[in-house]
Amino acid sequence: MLEFNNITKTFNTGTIDETTLFSDYNLTVKKGEFVSIIGSNGSGKTTLLNLACGTIKPDSGKIIFDGKDISKLSEYKRAKFIGRVLQDPRMGTCPELTILENMALADNKNKSFNLGFAVNKKRIDYYKTLLEKCSLGLENRMNVSVGSLSGGQRQALALIIATMSPIDLLILDEHTAALDPKSSETVMKITDDVVKEKGVTTLMVTHNLRYAIEYGTRLLMMHSGNAVLDLSGEDKKKACIDDLLKIFNEISIEVGN
Amino acid sequence: MDVFINILKSIMEEGLMYAIMALGIYITYSILDFPDLSVDGTMPLGAIVTGVLIIKGVNPWLCLLISFAVGMAAGAVTGLLHVKLKIRPLLCGILVYTALISVNLVILFVGNNGMSIASFFRKPTIFSTFLGSIIPETVGGIYIRTVLVSLILVIVCKILVDLYLKTKSGLLLRATGNNERYVTMLACDSGKVKILGLALGNGFAALSGSVIAQSKGSADQQMGVGMVVLGLASVIIGLSLFKKLTFMKATTMVILGSIVYKACLSAALALGLPTEYLKLLMAVIFTLALVLSNFLSSGKAKPKKAAGKAGM
Repeated sequence: MLEFNNITKTFNTGTIDETTLFSDYNLTVKKGEFVSIIGSNGSGKTTLLNLACGTIKPDSGKIIFDGKDISKLSEYKRAKFIGRVLQDPRMGTCPELTILENMALADNKNKSFNLGFAVNKKRIDYYKTLLEKCSLGLENRMNVSVGSLSGGQRQALALIIATMSPIDLLILDEHTAALDPKSSETVMKITDDVVKEKGVTTLMVTHNLRYAIEYGTRLLMMHSGNAVLDLSGEDKKKACIDDLLKIFNEISIEVGN
Repeated sequence: MDVFINILKSIMEEGLMYAIMALGIYITYSILDFPDLSVDGTMPLGAIVTGVLIIKGVNPWLCLLISFAVGMAAGAVTGLLHVKLKIRPLLCGILVYTALISVNLVILFVGNNGMSIASFFRKPTIFSTFLGSIIPETVGGIYIRTVLVSLILVIVCKILVDLYLKTKSGLLLRATGNNERYVTMLACDSGKVKILGLALGNGFAALSGSVIAQSKGSADQQMGVGMVVLGLASVIIGLSLFKKLTFMKATTMVILGSIVYKACLSAALALGLPTEYLKLLMAVIFTLALVLSNFLSSGKAKPKKAAGKAGM
């Protein structure tokens, strides 16, 4: 499904801050897998997602998706088959547009943005059923501008928007990190429901070890551009927070923190 | 009394004609969040193209459309410089404005036998043909044709902009100015949307130039000086003065802003301010408008700009 083949990525090339994050990195994600990715800051989690989405390009190596080399494909073209939710709740929606307008735009993804009217009234009921699933009452606030919603509400909306049109890959970049514990739980639950319902291949970066264990079918721990832990199937189910913390601490001692 | 009515009439005439340009600046500055300085060049571009074409005998109404198209082309260049060559918005505007000075002068020289001003006082204009000939010239001894033709044109432009902003393309334009990443995530090239927005904005600026030239009966490069300030001031005055009136569309506020701005300038001149001070006064009123808009929006969380830029 998604393959990273011999990826090399160096940041700040040619300066004293030159750091090689990935050298000859390989990862294969199978169709339908829900991968939780954990790791300390600077371990390459977000870079991995950015590489997948085309926000940054690898120095060398190939990214293969569904048998096709997408390494050279620009970010917006990859977005045709990728849904993405970012850490910042403000990024996944347009604050000045209403919920309805945001959803109408998302509904038109991969279609022509022509001179037809943007909001199709016949679709409103469908939007409402999507919003009802997250039980935040958003379905009654269709004409409210998104900027006036709370972070959790916006992130839930962003998630629904990202998964509205058919996608082959869902990318979640610490999408609960900016939320309070309760909103975070809500959004995580909606995430799980959506992923299970659509069976979409998912990569989720999180700092929450419990989420990494509770959700997903595979667990990846990154450290300086490598996977130090890769659990799936039964091993993933058996994993507990204490084990993960232990490995975390070992890594930290290694790097002298 | 006559003096007063005349002043009022000229405020309305000019306010409405410049409002077309303000609508364009509303698209680039408010919707697209792109401070576009090329307007100083595209407004006289529209005027000069119109002047030259009218002298050559082209239908004045057709000139409006041609000016709009030429303005769009120039605006697209601003957009291309920004999107393809990654040049900052302000610099793109300065580059296009500077280049247009030469373009405008060349069009004038070539199209008008080497003269630096295109005069066409006796030629047909939009104020004397078609719509302009249907509307009565005077009512109660007051010449109202110019103001009515301008009003109709502004209303048509306003309705077109309002309708456009409700289309898929228009909504995508709003989204681009609001959150560019969102547009990328919708699998759309935000660069293309920006180019389109800048083309539209400058199309309206050139259209406004065409109308103003036809009302004056002449066109030259000098007309463009201070247009950015004038347009931005109209937009900011309009949007901040009438913000509380939620039933009112932003495009209406911008048109009213243009009239209010013209009224301020005319009032100062009527009170005896020498014309040399006009541009200085324009800058002062613009400054006041900026302060006013900051003052009116403080207190509640800074709405759009701050949120949009934080993540960029």
